Amino acid sequence: MAVPTDRPAAAPTPARPRRDQGARALASRFVGYAVLVFFGLVFLYPFVIQIGNSFKTEPDAAANPLSPIPDPVSMAGFERIFEGTNFPLWLGNSLLVTVLVTLGRVFFDSLAGYALARLRFRGRGGLFAAIIAVMAVPGVVLLIPKFLVLNQLGIYDSYAGLVVPLLADAAGVFIMKQFFESIPVSVEEAARIDGASVFRTFWSVVLPMAKPALITLTILSFQGSWNEFPHSLVSVQNPDLFTLPRGLADLVSGSLGKGNQYPLKLGAALLATIPVAVLFVIFQRYFVRDANDGADKG
Amino acid sequence: MATDALAAPATAKRPPGKGRRRGRGTRANETVAGWLFVAPVIVILGLFLLLPILMALWVSLTDWNGQGSPFTGKVPFVGGDNYTRLFTEDGLDRRDFMTSLRNNVYYVAIVVPTQTVLALGLALIVNNRMLKGKGFFRTAFYFPSVTSSVAISVVFLFMFSSSGAVNNLLAMFGIDGPQWFADSRGVLHLLLGVFGLDTDNPPGALTGGGPLGLTWWDWLSGPSVAMMSIIALVVWTTSGTFMLMFLAALQNVPVVLDEASTLDGASRWQRFRHVTLPMIRPTMFLVLTLGLIGCWQVFDQVYVMSQGDPAKTTLTPAYLSYRTAFRDFDYGSGAAISFVLFLIIIVFTVLQRWLMAEREPAGARRGPWWRRRVRQGG
Repeated sequence: MAVPTDRPAAAPTPARPRRDQGARALASRFVGYAVLVFFGLVFLYPFVIQIGNSFKTEPDAAANPLSPIPDPVSMAGFERIFEGTNFPLWLGNSLLVTVLVTLGRVFFDSLAGYALARLRFRGRGGLFAAIIAVMAVPGVVLLIPKFLVLNQLGIYDSYAGLVVPLLADAAGVFIMKQFFESIPVSVEEAARIDGASVFRTFWSVVLPMAKPALITLTILSFQGSWNEFPHSLVSVQNPDLFTLPRGLADLVSGSLGKGNQYPLKLGAALLATIPVAVLFVIFQRYFVRDANDGADKG
Repeated sequence: MATDALAAPATAKRPPGKGRRRGRGTRANETVAGWLFVAPVIVILGLFLLLPILMALWVSLTDWNGQGSPFTGKVPFVGGDNYTRLFTEDGLDRRDFMTSLRNNVYYVAIVVPTQTVLALGLALIVNNRMLKGKGFFRTAFYFPSVTSSVAISVVFLFMFSSSGAVNNLLAMFGIDGPQWFADSRGVLHLLLGVFGLDTDNPPGALTGGGPLGLTWWDWLSGPSVAMMSIIALVVWTTSGTFMLMFLAALQNVPVVLDEASTLDGASRWQRFRHVTLPMIRPTMFLVLTLGLIGCWQVFDQVYVMSQGDPAKTTLTPAYLSYRTAFRDFDYGSGAAISFVLFLIIIVFTVLQRWLMAEREPAGARRGPWWRRRVRQGG
């Protein structure tokens, strides 16, 4: 339920909002909208600028960076993205990595989540504690460690190095475990009594009931691996294996040569943002669920 | 540390898995299935999280330069040298490390309060029942959090370029904006300058010496102008997430409480201070500590926007460890910096879990506090 924080203090009774008119309510409502619109601009205008400037010519972008309207409209930036950079390659790599990582996480995390929620075996409690502990390990301190292990295993600078370490994540296991604990046991028990194996019960009875959690996990994995930057930084150095964020970072650090080339860079960043933006618009409530569940990540 | 717990199950032998047909009883069956189900996750996390940490711990005790394998006898073992160089030996290593700590402390000191206040403010407005279109604004505020940190850094790099959107905006108000990413002046120094201190010739008492290899004057610089633009970016991207957390907490504040205090004649500020704020205190703790933990991990933005420049004023421990290892090929020092950073973050994480556990009613407690994951929002 929403909490009305905006009722005038002098109201004689806790009246319903639609009854307390009066100048004060009107004024505070006006202020409320003004603040909302102001922050709406603060949070969205950078994207407007990004879109506008990616269609500008370079001199226009340099002279009128604040204006959202390109004059003249120029596709030069986008043409150069596809002809002058390795963007298509990065896009392909990102797609491949994202699809594999998402599939892996959804499958492995739900398997483990189910076992931790439902199957009784020795060491389960300790395992779960370990998963919780692992969630607290900050990603940035793993940069050098990951490089070391990939190097040692001989999969540095390969697709395997890019994908395999990301195939499971502790937070996903946690989400799935919490969800499986929330669905009733009775259905599974019926299946088990009918003689279905543990995997069969999991696969054809439990998993179909876990659709909301699976969607959440799919979206989080997609978003996470699509945006993943530090891992690609320490797992590959061959430009043929760059993912979009890695390629983008490379573009910015000036491998292009002359000029700022902002329309090109902004355009490339825009194209890299679109898939997650579309996903966000369609599946917004699943994103929100994640934030409300209190993610441990910074 | 906390991850040690993984060692036991990760190395434990899986129960003999072949004869797992029916007839052995469901219990044995479940044990086998249980371990098989968690096996992929254990292997991946063990191999790419636990094992690497141990390997890096070893490397941090050596002088490995990236050539060959660090696990042969040929790599010189240096003991704790890489660590002591960061703290006790005067030199470039310690100066860089202390500079990065200073930068990150100022960064935390600004980002955490700002994003918390902004997130709470936005949540209060969006939670207001009398305003329409809140759903749209909630989405708008949250959207930056889901985008790629690299992509959004590109946008802010453009906006904060010297003739960019931000300076154009400032020019509208007659302000001559700084050259953001080329400006290494500390904000505190600038403030002192405003109050009449000659910042070109700072007092000798401050420049003469100071603890841990930096002068007092250096310690008191405040975040640089360049760092301020990274701060702006981070506050802008993370506030939306924290707003959602506050929003969830606000929606659990019973309406009757608010109405009762209104009846008692409480002003809006009093209601916020004495009714709302105590009710959302657990979420406040969560947001503050998550902010603290997250702030020590800033990396992507520094990598894309400034690479530690200008004059090392945007250097953070995370970026410094990367640079030391992968640019200077001093993997031992880089790993040592990582572990110090790890320790800092773990301290805050433990503090957080302990604080959150303290706040839970005694009846809701199950198991020791470090095992329980933070529940928030009620």
